[in-house]
Amino acid sequence: MHQFTIRPLFGTDHWALLGHNIAFTNSALWMAIAVTALWFFVFGGMKHELVPGRWQMAVESMTGFIDNLLAANVGPAGRKYVPYIFSLFMFILFCNVLGLIPLGLLGGKAQPFTVTSHFTVTGVLAILSFSIVLVVGFARHGFHFFSLFVPHGTPIWLLWLIPVVELISFLVRPFSLALRLFVAMMAGHVLLEVLSSFVITSTQSGALWGTVVGLPSFLLMIAICALEILVAGIQAYVFALLTSLYLNDAENLH
Amino acid sequence: MPQIAQLADTYASQIFWLVLFFGFTFLVIGRHMVPKVMATVEARERQIGSDLAAAEAARKAADAAEKDWAAQSARQRAEAHALIASAKVDAARATEAGLAVAGRTIDGRLAEADARIAAARDSARAEIETVASEAAGAIVTRLAGISVDAGAAQAAVKEVLHG
Repeated sequence: MHQFTIRPLFGTDHWALLGHNIAFTNSALWMAIAVTALWFFVFGGMKHELVPGRWQMAVESMTGFIDNLLAANVGPAGRKYVPYIFSLFMFILFCNVLGLIPLGLLGGKAQPFTVTSHFTVTGVLAILSFSIVLVVGFARHGFHFFSLFVPHGTPIWLLWLIPVVELISFLVRPFSLALRLFVAMMAGHVLLEVLSSFVITSTQSGALWGTVVGLPSFLLMIAICALEILVAGIQAYVFALLTSLYLNDAENLH
Repeated sequence: MPQIAQLADTYASQIFWLVLFFGFTFLVIGRHMVPKVMATVEARERQIGSDLAAAEAARKAADAAEKDWAAQSARQRAEAHALIASAKVDAARATEAGLAVAGRTIDGRLAEADARIAAARDSARAEIETVASEAAGAIVTRLAGISVDAGAAQAAVKEVLHG
């Protein structure tokens, strides 16, 4: 589990904000790396050429992807959320993918760290999304926003139950949003670690065990590595998709 | 599980740096750079749209011009035909008039010539009468030895000549 450990890099003692320690940790470092990589990626696509090159095409396909996502789920009103959803999706995607880089192969002391495998981080992002949904919903519809808890076609005699169920499912949203990403990231990394420990331990206990246990584990690891890259993309997509669906509730009610 | 074991020690640091870096991502990349990228895409789509519209307009203009041209050429052909027809009529009329004038001239000349011939014949006949009466007088004088009066000879000749 040490791959999830947060180690302060500098500023351990004397960096504080309102009495809280805000040391620059490996988590902050990997956020910085992700943001720098993302900035570099988008900057490479800002050539404003009429006929785009490959890089510009890549960046434009990402913005177009988010634009389509919001257009499909929220409609024309979703256009103004493109900056937020794009930032959210790309930040999570870059953090997920960068956390999968096998830096240990280089032999140095450098270790990757998956920022999104901490629920503190995913929780902040989920609360942010949820707060935006609340603010937009109440700003656009006022107290009429509460009609979200009474779906169309609710029978009169179920009015005592449905709003309660809807309210609970609404309030669970930030938790499910945060936990889904955190669990998916952590589970994948733990699985890879368990399998690699199988490979190492079984190989050390002899050629027979190495062949019987180590080799299949190693093959499975390769497959799961590919799966993890897929999961890194899918979880970022799911986070962005669900946020845009919640924004649709806030924008259009039902 | 470090996520829980270290929570109390690290939550402030993680939240602070996340807010900082995600705030940078949102404000600089999301709010500032992404709209520019999308503006480029939109400008391209607008350009393609306007180019297509211009091509469509040009095609319509070409169609209209072709239709105009066809109508104009048809009209001009009709005009040319009308012109040729009227020119033919004019030419025919002019020929007719010319022929009429020429015919009249010829008729005049013929009449004149006829008159002249008639006059010539009359004078020739008168001369013949004179000559014939003189000759008849001379013949009578020679044959009968009588001198005939010129007037009588003339009357006799006229009687013979005109029955």
